[in-house]
Amino acid sequence: MKGSRAARSTIALKLLMAVSGLLFIGFTVGHMYGNLKAFSGEEAFNEYAHHLRELGEPMLPYEGFLWIVRVGLLAAIIVHIACAFVLWQRAAKARPVKYVAKKNRGSSLSSRTMRWGGITLLLFIVWHLLNFTIVKVNPSNGSTGDDNPYQLVVDTFDTPWMTVIYLLAMVALGFHLHHGTFSSLQTLGFTNTASSRARARAAGWVIAIVIAGGFTLVPLSVLVGIIEK
Amino acid sequence: MNLTLNIWRQTGPDDKGGIHTYQLSGISPDMSFLEMLDVLNEQLNEKGEEPIAFDSDCREGICGMCSLMINGEAHGPEVTTTCQLHMRSFSDGDTITIEPWRAEPFPVIKDLVVDRGAFDRIIQAGGFISANTGSAPEANSVPAPRDKAMRAFNVATCIGCGGCVAACPNGSASLFLGAKITHLGELPQGQPERYTRVVDMVGQHDHEGFGGCTNIGECAAACPKEIPLDVISQLNKDLRTALKQGL
Amino acid sequence: MAGSTLHDGLTPLNDPSEQKSDDAHGYYTLGDKLVDPNAPTGPIKDRWTTRKFENRLVNPANRRKLDIIIVGTGLAGGAAAATLGEAGYNVKSFCYQDSPRRAHSIAAQGGINAAKNYKEDGDSTFRLFYDTVKGGDYRSRESNVYRLAEVSANIIDQCVAQGVPFARDYGGLLDNRSFGGVQVSRTFYARGQTGQQLLIGAYQAMERQVAAGTVESFTRHEMLELIVVDGKARGIIARDMVSGEIETHLADVVVLATGGYGNVFFLSTNAMGSNVTAAWRAHRKGAYMANPCYTQIHPTCIPVSGEHQSKLTLMSESLRNDGRIWVPKKAEDCEKDPRDIPEEDRDYYLERIYPSFGNLVPRDIASRQAKNMCDEGRGVGPKVGDFRRGVYLDLGDAIKRLGKDAIEEKYDNLLDMYERITGENPYEMPMRIYPAVHYVMGGLWVDYHLQSNIEGLFVSGEANFSDHGANRLGASALMQGLADGYFVLPNTIREYLADGPFEKIDESHEAVVEAKKQVEERISKFLSINGTRSADSYHKELGNIMWEYCGMERTEDGLRKAIDLIRELKADFWTNLKVLGSADTLNQSLERAGRVIDFIELGELMCIDALNRRESCGGHFRGESQTEDGEALRHDDEFAYVAAWEWGAENGPVLHKEDLIYTAIEMKQRSYK
Repeated sequence: MKGSRAARSTIALKLLMAVSGLLFIGFTVGHMYGNLKAFSGEEAFNEYAHHLRELGEPMLPYEGFLWIVRVGLLAAIIVHIACAFVLWQRAAKARPVKYVAKKNRGSSLSSRTMRWGGITLLLFIVWHLLNFTIVKVNPSNGSTGDDNPYQLVVDTFDTPWMTVIYLLAMVALGFHLHHGTFSSLQTLGFTNTASSRARARAAGWVIAIVIAGGFTLVPLSVLVGIIEK
Repeated sequence: MNLTLNIWRQTGPDDKGGIHTYQLSGISPDMSFLEMLDVLNEQLNEKGEEPIAFDSDCREGICGMCSLMINGEAHGPEVTTTCQLHMRSFSDGDTITIEPWRAEPFPVIKDLVVDRGAFDRIIQAGGFISANTGSAPEANSVPAPRDKAMRAFNVATCIGCGGCVAACPNGSASLFLGAKITHLGELPQGQPERYTRVVDMVGQHDHEGFGGCTNIGECAAACPKEIPLDVISQLNKDLRTALKQGL
Repeated sequence: MAGSTLHDGLTPLNDPSEQKSDDAHGYYTLGDKLVDPNAPTGPIKDRWTTRKFENRLVNPANRRKLDIIIVGTGLAGGAAAATLGEAGYNVKSFCYQDSPRRAHSIAAQGGINAAKNYKEDGDSTFRLFYDTVKGGDYRSRESNVYRLAEVSANIIDQCVAQGVPFARDYGGLLDNRSFGGVQVSRTFYARGQTGQQLLIGAYQAMERQVAAGTVESFTRHEMLELIVVDGKARGIIARDMVSGEIETHLADVVVLATGGYGNVFFLSTNAMGSNVTAAWRAHRKGAYMANPCYTQIHPTCIPVSGEHQSKLTLMSESLRNDGRIWVPKKAEDCEKDPRDIPEEDRDYYLERIYPSFGNLVPRDIASRQAKNMCDEGRGVGPKVGDFRRGVYLDLGDAIKRLGKDAIEEKYDNLLDMYERITGENPYEMPMRIYPAVHYVMGGLWVDYHLQSNIEGLFVSGEANFSDHGANRLGASALMQGLADGYFVLPNTIREYLADGPFEKIDESHEAVVEAKKQVEERISKFLSINGTRSADSYHKELGNIMWEYCGMERTEDGLRKAIDLIRELKADFWTNLKVLGSADTLNQSLERAGRVIDFIELGELMCIDALNRRESCGGHFRGESQTEDGEALRHDDEFAYVAAWEWGAENGPVLHKEDLIYTAIEMKQRSYK
């Protein structure tokens, strides 16, 4: 398949985006599930975080599993962004003169905001990693919680502007997932009838609401005091 | 009806072009959109201003020659071709903006006329079944399942007008491509070349400079023949199969 | 066979006709009789097979040295380009549209006939042949029609192999319907878009040859002159409509597949760009124009809504199966809402006059009766000029009987289209229909090989005159176009090309230079008159004259008047035309000017032909030639001939008669009472 003409087509780029996108959907589902552990209290949450690092031992070294996932995600995000960038450029070149008037008739807002929404998410991810993984910035100057991620989470979302950033990012994520889910199924060629297309669109709604909604629960709960130290 | 028309005028491919405004009165709601432009052109001719060039031929919605972006919508506000759009879809006093199809592979020739030769070249790349005249077997020797034949027909109604490209923010011709891939791919006669066809046609599509599809659906909403979005899924699926086959 | 006797084709069944009347005296001169030099003989069923064998072959190695120009990319032109390209000739294909796929064959709705006899309902090559000759009112050439019927079955095979998505039954086999009053089911169809699907098939086959390098496609090119060298057609002068460049294209053979000239009436179901220029230029270079007055007027079109009208739209004839056609009995009811007119005040005139065929009478009869009703002042809809030009086609009874859903399923697209154009809902209001020009049976004269009287000039499809006589049956136009393109031309052109390649000529040849000069002079003339009227306004005026005097009913006085009016119009055109812009860019007004003046000249010839033919046959109805009941009356003893007109410039046309001698079918008078 290497060097085949099919592999050099725009559709091949789209297929790469679809596959990498589906990986992210899988990851976010797992991530969201982990976050919801916060409702089970500090101990359960921290234990879950710790367990992730020990997953696969002794076959894998400590944090081995986590690094596999991290490398996989990094590769996926590079592919996803690179393809998006190439396709964006192609699209811009395909319409060098803009319309004076242009209406949208068939597209959803989510589908039209994939590119800027994607950039928003990328910026968020950078901040998010700084916040929780790499630097572990605690906005309330409390403990960075090397062994207590729960405390970091609660401290973070006790800060209203942090919660706002986070919630806005979840809106962007919901939008991205809403169209992205349908789009990836369509790109993979699973929507060959009106009914399968309707199912793929429904899947977009479900995934967007469940994932973005699930992620939103924790910060909101911290903010209103359901989850506390 | 009295109308204000903002119309794109461009003397030739190298001219920068721009919007010109015309006032038109005495338009009957029973006129077709193109007949309204005929009236304007007749008046321009009388005044000594060169008439506006626009494409049309059959004027019954089947040849695909007419185009026009009307108030930001390909073929205007109804699901039909511009030639079948009637002035009763507008109101007295309306301002109507009329522009040519915009896409790098559809260069403007003059005013509202564009060159859609790229579509012919996509068909040349593989949009056919190789069956030399005289070589055909008896027509009923290969039955074609009715549902597949119906799907083939439904998408074979594509008129190659380019409205899908015009409406697509990415300037993609995926709906046009998908319609042909699905039409020929659903028929038993189309099987032998099915996967080389998709690779060849997609390759030409990309080569012409059309954009990639983001599955947003503006094309299907603009299509005067209501070709559904699932032809693009079929296109993707066939290309994926071709990838597996190493084509 | 009772009722339809066939003979073997070996002995003549009629004598040559002898014309006694001379209505067109003074308008023309009589030339020599014309004989088809390639007419086949022998038993009718063997003629084509024998001829294919007799015609010489061209060595495949020589084919790529032979250049063929094909003008037009409809069914006849596109199919020929594909087939001749596949055979290995060098083909250059021309069309005025932006893509070959736009040719007006695409608009044909109903279907394509083929004698497959899939329904085992008694169809056969013989029956299709018989129906076509009879339907053409015995004014077509027997050998050509038989060949058409013979190759019809191959067409379906070819199209299916190309991927034409014909309608199929539940077993996956091809479906048929009966069409146009024929009693057998021989019409293959793809919903209401058969022409589109067949054309796309031919177009794709042709584009495949473009990719293979055997066909070169010139789009947005218009043929403006034929190049004739030493009596042979050797090329064309064409204008690149984008750059305005006048180009010379030379070849060993020129094929005109340029369609019909129905737009001489301005309003017709033809495309806006459909024109006679290529054929007319060839005519002026010596090619005969045959039976130009034979015009088919389709009874079920959407009526004209006002002065702005630019074209007419056909509603499929199948509507007549379920719709009842009527007008108010009293002229004063014509302005009323038709739903308020009680049953007893409605005149279902076709059912009244033709009790056995009713609403399903042939096209020409249905059309003429609609005109009669409107002439009586009982037409409906908006007034155009002094009369209302429309009659009701009422689906009300059918909706009551079958239910709205059944009607919707049957005619869905059609009724939507009607509502879009008229703004009236056909489920609630009776539809309004009126006849419109739809097809012309006349065209350039060709022999059995589809070669005109100019050697090396072949003419196919609607552009020639050969197969439909005075009237064409429904679903036969597609059949003829594809028969000519796929199966006839490739087998007859080779006989001519077996003598080629012909002597090389180049652009400096005297005839080429002259042709190019003529074109350039004409164009600069159009641009320099600088009068006050657009080409379109002349076209509309010509259309009104033709429709009024050379339309559904023609009379001696009317035709004489029309000829005078057309001559005045022509003189005015050359002094008062206004074309803006320049010749070296896309200039649609300039294109139209050239087409309109050719239509004007053609219009005059049509009127002379109609004036000369003092009989009623098929699509030509002369008021002076009807039965007591107002039915068409043929005069086989006087007019069983093809009228082939030679261009005579200021001296008027020269009439060459080709006798129609039947050997397989005896001539009979039609009756639908």
